[in-house]
Amino acid sequence: MAAITPNALPGSLAPDRLSFLDGAYKAAVSAKRRQTWLGLALLLFAALVASVVAEVRPVTFADNVFRFFSYFGRIFTLENGASVFTDPAEWFWGLNKWLVLLWETIVIAYVGTLIGAIFGFVLCFLASANLVKSPWIRLGAKRFLELCRTVPELVFALIFVTSFGLGPLPGVLAIAIHTMGALGKLFSEVVENISMQPVEGVSAAGGSWTQTVRFAVVPQVMSNFLSYTLLRFEINVRGAAVMGFVGAGGIGQDLVEAIRKFYYSDVSALLILIIITVMLIDTGTERLRHAVIGLDQGK
Amino acid sequence: MMSTRAKILVDEQAIKARHGAIYVAGRQQTINLFLLVAALLLGLILGLASLNIKWVAVLSGFSKLGDFIYFMIPPSTGTWAKFGVYAYALAETLAIALLGVLLAALFAFPFGFLAAKNVVPNWLLHFFTRRFLDSVRGVDELIWALIWVGVVGLGPFAGVLALVCSNFGAFGKLFSEAIEVADKRPIEGVVSAGGNGTQRIAFGIIPQIFPVIAGQVLYYFESNTRSATIIGIVGAGGIGLHLAEQIRTLEYQHVSAIILMILVLVAAIDHVSTKLRFAIIGNSGQVH
Repeated sequence: MAAITPNALPGSLAPDRLSFLDGAYKAAVSAKRRQTWLGLALLLFAALVASVVAEVRPVTFADNVFRFFSYFGRIFTLENGASVFTDPAEWFWGLNKWLVLLWETIVIAYVGTLIGAIFGFVLCFLASANLVKSPWIRLGAKRFLELCRTVPELVFALIFVTSFGLGPLPGVLAIAIHTMGALGKLFSEVVENISMQPVEGVSAAGGSWTQTVRFAVVPQVMSNFLSYTLLRFEINVRGAAVMGFVGAGGIGQDLVEAIRKFYYSDVSALLILIIITVMLIDTGTERLRHAVIGLDQGK
Repeated sequence: MMSTRAKILVDEQAIKARHGAIYVAGRQQTINLFLLVAALLLGLILGLASLNIKWVAVLSGFSKLGDFIYFMIPPSTGTWAKFGVYAYALAETLAIALLGVLLAALFAFPFGFLAAKNVVPNWLLHFFTRRFLDSVRGVDELIWALIWVGVVGLGPFAGVLALVCSNFGAFGKLFSEAIEVADKRPIEGVVSAGGNGTQRIAFGIIPQIFPVIAGQVLYYFESNTRSATIIGIVGAGGIGLHLAEQIRTLEYQHVSAIILMILVLVAAIDHVSTKLRFAIIGNSGQVH
């Protein structure tokens, strides 16, 4: 940054005053700059340590990165060497089977989301500081929800597969438990931000705790809860699509098989089906969510 | 003695006559809510029925699950050497998450500008950048991991690349949204002072979006720490490999010990990154 020369500014402050201000400005800016550089240096150091631990090998990467791009060429090529676009019927040969599996994936996500939302709904009130005075119940509920949402779905799915066997049930349970943890936390944050006047009104009229929740809390939070649940459904459809990786139902099983056994054109067909489904569900739930929010504001 | 409710309701008919509209609206709302709940539950029952679940097996499954949980207590890694192995795998997980987030943010930065309507007025370029980012985001990180394992071999490096890919799609979209909602006035100020395109971005846009981006990057670092714990299931490094192995070989106590270690790590990262987020950007940096 060019220094301000005092006599370049006609009719301005006295030169000594101006050079004082200039000095102060530079000091302030340089302190901030030092901080930024220090932060960047720390970040760079952390990244270097991380790249050693994570065995980053730029040479291997440079030698093999062409495989990554050629992979996308290969998955769009049929077994007879022609491009997939020349023979869509051959490309999507398993469409009927895959659509059934996709439907199963959506059902797993739907059932898992709903069960998780029901339990999250019940637990969120117990975890809310403005409704539950006993710290034991509240912290117990909070920690339980935290456990359910920190352990990844696939880990739950792996554990459930060992006890329930292969199939969609472990997937449903895994998604339900994870959803309960995630939604329970979001729900309780909504509940903690409600207006307390209706709550006081119902308590003053002699309402029990359940009546307070039913008549003073639920009407305030319902639209938010619905919106979060729809958002979670979106996330869970993506989650359900990979449940098959550990044998927990849905389309993931076929996808992982296609990738591992190098059925190239199947990989692209399945990926396209999954991406289209996810996009459709995203758009649908977004519309619904806007409708739900609009409903609330229209009241 | 009359209860309060009875006293109030003596006059119920008159109240209804006076405030009929409220009563009707309330009834309609209750009916709507009831219908919604009934539809959702019907979907639940039909869905469960269509999944062909063998309910007899479910009962024995729950008893097996009970055994699993019973054997998990107390958590133990057996030997300290094993603990060291798991701790190193956790460090690997953390390294994968950090690099995955940083590299993805670097690559996504320019794409964020390409996908922003107020920077690139060409709707065709904007449209295709958006669809490209959507497709990248639509592929799960586990799928990316499988693909990258095929390219660079088993190990944490494949995990880093997988997270870079899946974060890249998400960051591109988030950055472009941050750029689109940026205040126009600083940009106009730069233009009026004679600034060119690059200067418009460097002095008009970047100072505004930097706190938002920093907040999002930190938030993704938290969430990636969680995803990096499972990426090992397909052989892409980190604690997931050990966790999947111990679950499959029914080493119950190791499983609970590893889960406990993950919980501690995730809690620590959440804590640190929340603090950092507030320090860098104050309250404005909360990600919604």
